Amino acid sequence: MRQAERTSALLPAFRASVPVLLGYLAIGLAFGLLLVKSGQPWWLSTLMSLIVYAGAAQFMAVGLLAAGTSIAEIAILTLVINARHMVYGLSLLDRFAPCRRFKAYLVFALTDETYAILTTVAPPEGVDRESYYAAVSALDHSYWVIGSTAGALIGTVLPFDTRGIDFALTALFIVLLIEQMRSVRKAAPYLVATIATGAALLIVGPANLLIAAILASIIGILPFRKALS
Amino acid sequence: MTASPFPYVLGALLAMAAVTILCRAAPFLFFMRRRPPAVVDFLQIYIPPMIMTVLVLGSYKGIDFRAAPWGIPEIAAGLAVAGFHLWKRNALLSIFAGTAFYMILIRLL
Repeated sequence: MRQAERTSALLPAFRASVPVLLGYLAIGLAFGLLLVKSGQPWWLSTLMSLIVYAGAAQFMAVGLLAAGTSIAEIAILTLVINARHMVYGLSLLDRFAPCRRFKAYLVFALTDETYAILTTVAPPEGVDRESYYAAVSALDHSYWVIGSTAGALIGTVLPFDTRGIDFALTALFIVLLIEQMRSVRKAAPYLVATIATGAALLIVGPANLLIAAILASIIGILPFRKALS
Repeated sequence: MTASPFPYVLGALLAMAAVTILCRAAPFLFFMRRRPPAVVDFLQIYIPPMIMTVLVLGSYKGIDFRAAPWGIPEIAAGLAVAGFHLWKRNALLSIFAGTAFYMILIRLL
């Protein structure tokens, strides 16, 4: 029974995660290559991708480690970059509420891309939700670990030019935005988020854009609460 | 370049892992024993579309629109993905076609 459940969740999860496969392998390769070039051992790339598993923070860490930045400062900068994930969890409270076996892992592995898939691509009829969530999360995680390990080991001798393949993640977000528009058919959230992103770019600049834009979006949508419900 | 001392790297790694998991777990820990206020029910519906909008726009933040190729590959490939998806509604096709188109454009422009 358990086995059947897992088998049936794996295929739809793989289908949903293929764009992330392209993106994470490509960006993971770039990360591994960069980390090794900065003087770190190859296994640090694997270990970091396995236990930190946060792309933007990992790229930031390459420079910080090379510069010998204090651990406290690294922790604070990681907090600034990843604070947006608090908001992700907030919108998954109900979705993850029935989850038991994999809940801790689902929360740990909640990257931008996994969040985007879990909130937008529903599992097919009859597939156990928690197994599907866990399979998407674990597949994405494995792509990232494989990509960054490969980048650290063979990044410099890759036989093909992968430049631009990371556009797959932008394409994934565009597709999932269109899917969101099909299910949440109100103009307000999209307009508020667009204005919030523009304002965040002007005020805080590109470095901390995501967290600033997301916070501004939440504040901006609150006045529409009556009108939207 | 010389390798960084092992305890330092390991400490930094553990600190990053701890902070990241705390960020991801914070709302679940906070609402483990108390009911979220009604506003959270409202936000749970509207956060995903807002975050998707922010993630799409955020993907374009690093582009220099003032210098060649003026962001044309990114904009054109983004429109191609949206167009494909509105037309066929096949997510993988839209993403593969758009990414291939982008990879061609950045080599030509």
